[in-house]
Amino acid sequence: MVRTFYNEMYQANGECRPHYQAFARWLAETPKELLAQRRREADLLFHRAGITFTLYGDEQGTERLIPFDTIPRSIPASEWRMVERGCIQRVQALNMFLADLYHEQRIIKAGIIPAEQVLANEGYQIAMQGLNLHRDLYAHIAGVDLVRDGDGSYYVLEDNLRTPSGVSYMLEDRKMMMRLFPELFAAQRIAPINHYPNLLLETLKTSSPLDNPNVVVLTPGRFNSAYFEHAFLSREMGVELVEGADLFVRDDKVYMRTTAGAKQVDVIYRRLDDDFLDPLAFNPDSMLGVPGLLSAYRSGHVVLANAIGTGVADDKSTYPYVTEMIRFYLDEEPVLKNVPTWQCSKPADLSHVLANLGELVVKETQGSGGYGMLVGPAASKAEIEDFRARLIAKPEAYIAQPTLCLSTCPTFVETGIAPRHIDLRPFVLSGREVRLVPGGLTRVALREGSLVVNSSQGGGTKDTWVVED
Amino acid sequence: MLSRTASDLYWMSRYLERAENLARMLDVSYSLSLMPQDGRGDGLEELAMPLLITGTLEEYMARHGQLHAERILHFFALDAENPASIYNCLGAARSNAHAVRGRITAEMWENINASWLEIRGIAEQGLGRYGISRFCEWVKERSHLFRGATFGTIMRGDPYRFIRLGTFIERADNTLRLLDARYEMLGEDIDEVDGRPARSYYQWSALLRALSSFEAFAEIYRGSPGTRKVSELLLLRPEVPRSLRACMDELSLMLASLPGENGRPAQRLAAELEARLRYTSINEVLDEGLHTWLTDFILLVRKLGHAIHSSYLEVA
Repeated sequence: MVRTFYNEMYQANGECRPHYQAFARWLAETPKELLAQRRREADLLFHRAGITFTLYGDEQGTERLIPFDTIPRSIPASEWRMVERGCIQRVQALNMFLADLYHEQRIIKAGIIPAEQVLANEGYQIAMQGLNLHRDLYAHIAGVDLVRDGDGSYYVLEDNLRTPSGVSYMLEDRKMMMRLFPELFAAQRIAPINHYPNLLLETLKTSSPLDNPNVVVLTPGRFNSAYFEHAFLSREMGVELVEGADLFVRDDKVYMRTTAGAKQVDVIYRRLDDDFLDPLAFNPDSMLGVPGLLSAYRSGHVVLANAIGTGVADDKSTYPYVTEMIRFYLDEEPVLKNVPTWQCSKPADLSHVLANLGELVVKETQGSGGYGMLVGPAASKAEIEDFRARLIAKPEAYIAQPTLCLSTCPTFVETGIAPRHIDLRPFVLSGREVRLVPGGLTRVALREGSLVVNSSQGGGTKDTWVVED
Repeated sequence: MLSRTASDLYWMSRYLERAENLARMLDVSYSLSLMPQDGRGDGLEELAMPLLITGTLEEYMARHGQLHAERILHFFALDAENPASIYNCLGAARSNAHAVRGRITAEMWENINASWLEIRGIAEQGLGRYGISRFCEWVKERSHLFRGATFGTIMRGDPYRFIRLGTFIERADNTLRLLDARYEMLGEDIDEVDGRPARSYYQWSALLRALSSFEAFAEIYRGSPGTRKVSELLLLRPEVPRSLRACMDELSLMLASLPGENGRPAQRLAAELEARLRYTSINEVLDEGLHTWLTDFILLVRKLGHAIHSSYLEVA
């Protein structure tokens, strides 16, 4: 099977796309040694700044650098406006879905989503039923993962409504590019993104009915893989970075322990999964959470961003219904397409999947980080058979999708510059209005032919430009 | 600010100051061990002194059995197994900084992180190849750089105050201990005959140099150093940045400017100690017996450390 990939920089006839021309000229004129030297400088700077992540399962907790590629991913402004519209529409619909699900459940009554699909879902939280949230917002911060197929059209690969990460890399990548190659930014108009922490703080503040709420960032601690990002965001926003043990609950109010005594907390931007938030309500073994937090939350004395129970909406088995949600709640046609998805919980879909395992991508509905997935065309016979057994044993835990021809972008590799597959995660903020900064995080699969871009699987990142066309 | 954050900042600067002080200690002992020893052995006794001061001699002996120059130096400076080594102090400082990297400036974090990455490189190549004096210089330089970055970039708020508290508690303790150890070694000034003046001169000079106070001494006293003058300089002179008095002035100032009521016990003790130093003369100290006086004060500084802990770092 011959597959064609959409190259972000070059057309099929080898000509450079218009929005990349200024960059291509610069690349051709800049001496190779200079580029190599700048790349080494970038590595050193990232290392010095400790912009690292930790791999789970690595006993020593080694901090690693996420490889950074100096060739940017560039998007023409006109195209971006479409992507932006699509992301806003999608997140609006998802928030409306969550509000509906935890109240009247009109969408179930209308027969659009089967009740067992959502109510039996692990991400569904009974504790949220009937609870009113300020502005009806559940996912204040969302990450929408996008890829492009062979013809260049955008598809949503998945929604991230729990604790999407990566925004710090988006910001640091831009800072690095501006430091290493200022001339590029003088040569063309690239939309700025540095105000993201500002927008985030505004979003968090408007998630509370109070005028000037006390906002904190809750981290699982410095051994968490995304700790750098938690510290980064709290510093940029100028708010406290707290761990569970810094907080306590008294009379259904949340306080933090400070050098001047207890101080009340109004908004918690939590980077901790639902299960770990409150040992009294969820996982009793959690040492990371705050006993009594759920009760305080339910009595309306504190805002959690994102809300508890958003996982039901970004679950991969709910994903196939999102286009219908958009039509149902907004009465609009979806701007961004969904990837066709087979739900292995349905017998007909399952038999199709089992018959075509070699060509499909199979994912766990609850998985993330690129763990627990099968990329059919790249897998060995043994891996395929292993997945076949797993699918038969627990079909409802999996979905399958056609293997997309993820678009490629020129990337520095050992042998020079070569095309590598990329995706895009814009970050969508929902507060008084729904907004995003232009671009997002571009992840790149550095291994030749690989379609897995997750940093835990050896992916790297690129700066993402939205350029005036 | 968060008590945990305050605690991490306080310990970050304590560990960094400790690393610097250990380097100073090592520097003075190493250079003295290279001097002719007047038939007093091979300088090993001198080299073992940093272990004695830091209370790690026993652990060293348990591990190595006998005094051996190279092993002492490695154990003290770079041994990852010795929790009190300079290597581990820098590691602990960096780890505390990591926990609060959102509350210190990017310059501070990058500085301390770079020090940590670098000392790991030094540990790989070994102290012998890197050079001992060069290593001590390097540690001091990294500490100076960090202090400079802190001074030049951080807001003058509570985080700054807790960083200063950590530095000066550690420094006060260190000055007391170094003076005590050198005094133990030299004893009372004896009428200087037969080469002894040279020995005492070098010992006191080395101590002054280790505490970066040699120039101050020369300028204030214009004479050769002895117990009385050196003690006065290092204990009671407010204008010498590593003197006990200077440390206590700073501690009292920082504590007085912290908000809240819960810090009263620490504030009162610091003010009391500051006042005592202000109105004590060196004669009173020597009349009491220098060693006794120093030992008492080491306990008082420790008490102040405990008061800071219970007032701010582990409340609510």
